[in-house]
Parts: sequence; C-alpha cells; structure tokens
Amino acid sequence: MAVPFPFSAIVGQDDMKLALLMASVDPSIGGVLVLGDRGTGKSTAVRALAALLPPMRAVVDCPYGCAVESPAGLCGTCRGRGVKKAPLKSHLVPVPVVDLPLGATEDRVAGALDLERALADGVKAFEPGLLARAHRGFLYIDEVNLLEDHLVDLLLDVAASGENVVEREGISVRHPARFVLVGSGNPEEGELRPQLLDRFGLAVEVRTPTDLPTRVEVVRRRDAFDRDPAAFLRAWHAEDEKLRRRIIAARRRLAATEVPDATLERAAALCMKLGTDGLRGELTLMRAARALASIDGDRVVGDRHLARVAPIALRHRLRRNPLDDTGSNVRIERALAEAFDGQAAAT
Amino acid sequence: MTLDAGNADADADAAAAPAMRAARAAADAAWAAALFAIDPIGTGGIVVRSAAGPARDAWVEQLTVRLQRAGTCRGVRRVPCNIGDGRLLGGLDLAATLQAGRPVAESGVLAQSDGGVVLLAMAERLPAGTAARIAAVLDRGEVAVDRDGFSLRAPARFGVVALDEGIGDDERLPEALGDRLAFRVDLEPCGVDDVRDAFEQLDVEAAIDAPPQPAQVSAVELPEAFVEALSEAALALAIASLRAPLLALRVARASAAQAGRRRAETADAARAARLVLGPRARALPASPAEAGRDDDAPPPPPPEASPPQPAPPAQDSAPQEPPPSPPAQEPPPLLDVLLAAAAAVLPSHLLAALSRGATARARAAASGRTGVQQRSGARGRPIGSRHGEPRGQLRLAVVDTLRAAAPWQRLRQRARSDSRAPGHARRIEVRRGDFRVAVYKKRSQTTVIFVVDASGSSALHRLAEAKGAVELFLADCYVRRDQVALVAFRGSAAEILLAPTRSLARAKRCLAALPGGGGTPIAAGLLAAHGVAGAALRRGEIPLLVVLTDGKANVGLDGSPGRERAMADAQAVARQLRAASIRSLLIDSSPRAQPAARTLAEALGAEYVALPHADARVIAGSIGGKVGGRGGSEAGGHADGAGRG
Repeated sequence: MAVPFPFSAIVGQDDMKLALLMASVDPSIGGVLVLGDRGTGKSTAVRALAALLPPMRAVVDCPYGCAVESPAGLCGTCRGRGVKKAPLKSHLVPVPVVDLPLGATEDRVAGALDLERALADGVKAFEPGLLARAHRGFLYIDEVNLLEDHLVDLLLDVAASGENVVEREGISVRHPARFVLVGSGNPEEGELRPQLLDRFGLAVEVRTPTDLPTRVEVVRRRDAFDRDPAAFLRAWHAEDEKLRRRIIAARRRLAATEVPDATLERAAALCMKLGTDGLRGELTLMRAARALASIDGDRVVGDRHLARVAPIALRHRLRRNPLDDTGSNVRIERALAEAFDGQAAAT
Repeated sequence: MTLDAGNADADADAAAAPAMRAARAAADAAWAAALFAIDPIGTGGIVVRSAAGPARDAWVEQLTVRLQRAGTCRGVRRVPCNIGDGRLLGGLDLAATLQAGRPVAESGVLAQSDGGVVLLAMAERLPAGTAARIAAVLDRGEVAVDRDGFSLRAPARFGVVALDEGIGDDERLPEALGDRLAFRVDLEPCGVDDVRDAFEQLDVEAAIDAPPQPAQVSAVELPEAFVEALSEAALALAIASLRAPLLALRVARASAAQAGRRRAETADAARAARLVLGPRARALPASPAEAGRDDDAPPPPPPEASPPQPAPPAQDSAPQEPPPSPPAQEPPPLLDVLLAAAAAVLPSHLLAALSRGATARARAAASGRTGVQQRSGARGRPIGSRHGEPRGQLRLAVVDTLRAAAPWQRLRQRARSDSRAPGHARRIEVRRGDFRVAVYKKRSQTTVIFVVDASGSSALHRLAEAKGAVELFLADCYVRRDQVALVAFRGSAAEILLAPTRSLARAKRCLAALPGGGGTPIAAGLLAAHGVAGAALRRGEIPLLVVLTDGKANVGLDGSPGRERAMADAQAVARQLRAASIRSLLIDSSPRAQPAARTLAEALGAEYVALPHADARVIAGSIGGKVGGRGGSEAGGHADGAGRG
C-alpha cells in the first residue's frame, strides 16, 4: 500500500483529530465515529494515525499480539506458555490499524476453520480473522453504513465484550479482541441505527471547510504529497514525531490525572440537562475530558476540558425527537452555556 | 431572395444553438478523452453521461485508440454493474479448488485491471456498495480481499470510465465514486459526426508526436497562483468536495504535458476549470465575473417557464466560447478566466435553474436512495444453506458443502482406487450434488405513502387534524425505520410532495407547508401514489398507502370537474391499486361517517377507519396497529427468485 499522508499535515478538522488522539491515549473511551461530507479526509486521518502511533510490545509469535505486562488479558496459547515458567518473549510491533474492507465475509472477520489445512490434511485448525489482528489496536470501517447488518452486529458484540467467541464449523475458540472501533461514513448513504450510534464513544461531524485559505492549504498540501510523497513525509516528520511524543507523555500522565468531584458533578448535571440515556454518556464524557487534560498536560480536569469534549462525547446520544430538526450541536451548546453559567454565577 | 436570406439567417440562428451546443459538448468530450489517456490513474476517470448509441460508441472507440497510443493502459476491461464481490474483488476459485484439493484464490476484476482502465457499463445502476468498493480501491491503489478464508492484497491502480445512461436527476452514478473521477462529459446532445469531428479537430489543434508519460505529468510546474485560483473557482461554483480542485490541478498538468510544456499556463488551468469544475458547479459564481452574463441573470426567473430552456443565455454564452484567450484590453484576473471557462460549460437550462437557486441535485441526493440494494437475495443474515449451485448472486456455503461431501469420502476414495483413476488419496472429493449455497434472510423495508386530501371540503373540517395524525404516525415510522413519502391532492391535480425518505423532519416540514382548498381529485392522488408505490415495489420495499380523505371526489382524472365522472375515476384507480395488491388504509376525514369514503375503501381493499371526533392519537394508534401487526416484517430471502434473476 502507498505511504499514508502524515497526520500532522491534515488541515483543520480539529474535532476529528482530537477524537482520534483521545482514543489512542485512552482506548477505553470506546470508539470513534466520523460522519460527514465526501472528500474531507476521513479515511486519510485514520490511516495516518496508524503511522503516528508509537509501537507496542507484544508476545512473539502470538497471533493476537498479546501484551506481556497484563497476564489477565493473555490469550489461551500465551497463558499456556506462561505456565512453563519461561518468560514470554516479546518484541516491538506497530500498533495494528486494521482496515475492514467492504465485502469482507464473516469467516474472515471473526476467524474460521482453516480451510487449507482442513482440505489438505483434514486437520481442524482455527485461522484467526481481522478481529484477532485488530487486538490492542484500531479496527477501521470505511462507509460503516454500507456494512452488512450481521457484520455490524458481530463487531458491536465483540467491541463491547472485548472477546471474540467463535462457535461454528466444529471449532470452538475464544480469544481477546479489544480494539478501538473507528467508523466513518456519509449520512447521505443511509442513516445509522441508533444502537450502533450509541456504541461509539465519540462521534465527530466533519464538514468541508468553506473558507478559501483553508481550502487552498488543503489542496496545496495534498498536491505536494501526491507529487512527491517521500519529500512530503520528510518535511512533516518532525511534526509527527512531536505529536507521537505527546501521545506517549499523555498516556503516562493519564492515570495520575485527577478528576475532582466538582467536575464529575458538572458532567452529570450536563448529561441530565441533555437527557442522554444511560450512564455511558457520563462515563465517556469523563474519560474523554481526562484524556484531553493529559494531552494538554493539565493535572486536573476542569470545565474547560468538559466543554471542549462535550459535543464530541454526547452529540450522538441525545434522545432524538424525530420531528425536531434543531442541530444536536446547538442543543449541547445551549446546555453547556446554561450549566456553566449557572455554576459560575453561584460560585 | 433578400427576404429569404433574412429568414434563413434567423433560422440558422435558431438552429445554431443546438448544433453549437453539440459541437462544444463533443469538443469537451474529446479533450477529456485525450487528457485522460495521458494520465488515467492520476485523473481517476471520466463519467460519460449519454444514452447508448453510435455517438458514445465512437467516443469509446476513440478513447481506446488514444489509450493505446499513449501507452498508459494495459487494456480496457468492461465491468457489468451487477458484478458480485467474488468477481469484483476476488475470492475462492471453486473449480481450481476442487481440482487441486486445497483452497485456490481467484483474483478479481479490479486486481486484473491493474495498470489498465475499467469500463463500467450502465453506471447509473451501480449499487452504492459496489461504488464504495471501487472507490476504496481507487483510494488505496490496491485491492484488499478478506473473503472466503483468504486475506489477500493485490495492487490495483486503474482509471475508471463510467458510462452513465441515467435519465433525470435521481438516476446517476453514485457520488461516492463520481467524486473521485476528474472528468464529466455529456454526449447527450452529440451525434456520431460531432464526436468524430471533435476528435479530428483535436488532432489538428493538438498534434502529439510522443505522448507524455504520467511521470512527466507529475513533473509539470504549476504556479502557486493556479492552486489558489482553482480552489477559489471551485468555492465560487459551490463545489463542496476538495477532490474537485485537486483533480483540476492534475488535469491542468496533463493539459500542459500534452502540449509539451513543462510549466502550466493559464490556458491549461482554464481547460481544467472547464472540464473538471464546470460540470460539477452547483451555483453561479456570486461575484459578477463577467458583465455579459450578469445582464442575463435577471430574465430567467419568469415563473411559468421552467423546463424549456430559455434561448438567450445559450446564444449569449456561445460567443464567449473561446474562453482561454480573453479579448484584448487588459488581461482579466486569473480567477475570472477560470470562472468564465467553467461557466461556459454549464448547459443553458442549468444556468437558468442555478440562477433561480433551484436545488434539483441536492434533492436527488437526499431522496432516500439508501445504499443497500434491498432486493438482493444474497445479503442479510445467513440462516443456513440449501442445495444448489453457486451462480449469479448465490454464494457457495463452503463449509456446508464440505460437510455434505465428507461422509462419502471413504466410499468415493475406494471407488476411485478400484477404478485405478489417478489422484491423491487424501483429497476430499466433492461432487456436484454436494454443493450448498447460503440462504439469507433480509429485512424488508416498509415505505409508508401518505395520500392527503387537501381539498376545500377536507380542509374546512379536518386538514389540521389529519396533519396531526400524520405527524404522530411519522414518529412511529421513525421507531420502525420506515421510509415515508407524501402525496397531496387538491385543485385539479396531485403532487408528490416528498419522495420516499427517512428524513422525518423533511416530511414534517412538507406537511406543515401544505396549503388547503380547491377541488378533490382523488383519482389523480391515488394514481400518483400508485406510481410511488410501484417504484417502492421495484426496489424490493413493501409499500403501504395511508389515504386521508372524505371520499367525495369532484375532479376527474383529466382535471375536469364533475362529481359522477370523478367518483368513477377514483373507483377505477382504487381497483387498480387493489389489483396490484398494494396494502392500504383509508381514514375518513368527513365530519360524519359517510358512504363515499367507505365505498372507496372497499374499492381499494383498504381497512376503513372513521374519524368521528378525532383525537389524532386514536388515528395514529389504529395505523400503528395495522403496520405493527406485520412488525419488523422479516421476509425470507428469495433465494429462488435471485437464482432466476
């Protein structure tokens, strides 16, 4: 495959970039949905992320790329090997960013009977699928609204449970599959089911920039990249490297970043005001705000962080009144203004 | 004689417009072909909008010749629009697999077209899913296959020629793919001679000794000002996608390379604007770029003349035809040159429509043409397998086939060793009778078509209540993910206010804006609804009519008043609907239940609901019950039907 466009060279689209960075700092935020216009660099950003992420340490020869440092999350094979006292060997590998191609069949997504060996030797062996490859990384679905329903259900189920269970064709396998689901699509091609929307932690809307300088800059950079990718990558290498270091630093800081009770209350009040169903919204809001604080290098999560991530974390969770066409952004902004202004007046 | 001459002049003038238009369209098409041939991969491709015919054949033939001459193309591969994933992307090669006794992969058409050109026939019928697959391959330059137990990556860089035979705005190549192809040409006005002449003319204008290589195209220097001006021109023409200016840059380079220049000139940028930006324009440039056209803008909006294209703009834009070389005086700013070049391509009626601010295209895009082909029996949740041969849309259920073959292996192997036929002992022998194909269950979409009587008799009493009921029901539709359409009739005709869509906000807006008053042309209303329902059926959806009327027709099908005739017409159309077995529900909106509506309901075969003193919720409840009974409406996949199709 051709070299990806450098992440830091993407012009604008701050929400999308921020959402992807937050998800890579704290994967438990749970997935990013990118919806919007054509030709806005949705796929470009996700593929760029793959090149940006710092490498991870994984067990050698493990089809799932198990992490050595967390014995609880090991796959069956690695756990078996660990028993024999010999420490598991590990090496640095790039974080997987797996592209789920349209037209993929279920056997390749979930994994299935290894046909080659079944046919040739009559052996029943499991051949891991894309979910196995995406473990500890990202699974990217372009045009998520064109994906067949049964595949969507499967993905959601695995993403929620962190485990892939294959019970078919006479094989019975379960293996860890924790990944950040990234979906992108164009709403014109068909709407997403509400259940699917809710499962994504963050949702960003991308719009084509309408101001001339931004557009010219996009065109200029893309044109330069297309003509000479290598030179372009060299020119942006330092920027990407800076960003990579920021991600590493943010991950290190994440656990120590403090979320004061006042902020939690503020988040809860905001969710109540917006009437988002369930606790998932609050949890995501809190995690996203914490990830943002650690990216920014702040020790304490405050209102500023909440306000910045609220639209991304809550937009797709608003209980929709089908007959109300007020934009969700407007509703969130209104709620934010009310919640924070009231608070500010009180203090 | 002089008199005649004068007349002839006028005639020639009138006739010149279409002829001129044809010649210009053909010239653009020829240029697009020539530039595409130089750099098929970089420019992405061409959308050719035209019915099948000699003109298009001539154009394709010329394109092929030029591709060969340029040496940029390893071959042109024709791809039908209903191609399956197995052939498009690749997958298991069944015959080879059975012969070899192990899985053998087969590469798809896209991988085989690497370095060549893919010709999409009947591109307007291309399913959104297929378009998205091709678009993904174009973006990545490789085919990613994860199917049938294979995980393969194969390089696939190619240009696309999409032959779009669509008529009207809602039949066109899916935008997901069209957005990635630089050129759009329209051969509709051209005859075969126009096309041939255009190519001959092109050869005279731009004789090429040695066609440039794609690398030379990339190397062409493009002044910074061009990048800005093309971006600005795209913005001024309200082209949202950023791919358009990018592709325009590429085309400007190809144009310069074609002329043997190493640095692009204004003429190249103008050509790119004309070929890439012009056909994509969705608005007239806001800045008065050219005074000449500005004078024209006011006349178009006479409200009555919408479909026939006003002649003046056509003639007026014709003289401005040679845009690259502006007529003397001081050289106009680059942007104006580009805008003039792009605007010159706009067909005159589009010009008029655009200046009126019409949004025909936007409507087509949003009219609920959702991606998935609903009818395909090869999608959805697999619910097992059945006997049959994998053919057409049917997919082989490999494991089930093997399972079917497995018990017989020992017997078959023994039979083979008895007959001393060659073969490996360990192979699994699969015979024709073992084949199983997957059966899928798919969810059928319901399309609820509201037929609302907005006539005076209804409006007086109940229009507001009926609107309330429909609104409540819309919320219900939302829960079930139904599509809704809205047909209203009043005065002397019916109108499809809203083509099937899932956008309930739009339905609500349409409904709120619906005025009342006038006659009651029930027959026309039902007929319009029949059209919408028929289209839904063809898409594999289940239509449901909800008719709100008092049944008192007083305008016939031909628009003439007269109660008797009108009632008879309404009955006749209603019976047609019944014969087509389209389910319906009639809500009587008259103040007291009366026989007229009941009779109509009988003719329709519809359930009849009187609306005595309506509480909108009661109506919504009764509709909800009616549809809810069928609920999610999971219908078994028509595997047999697909097999025949």
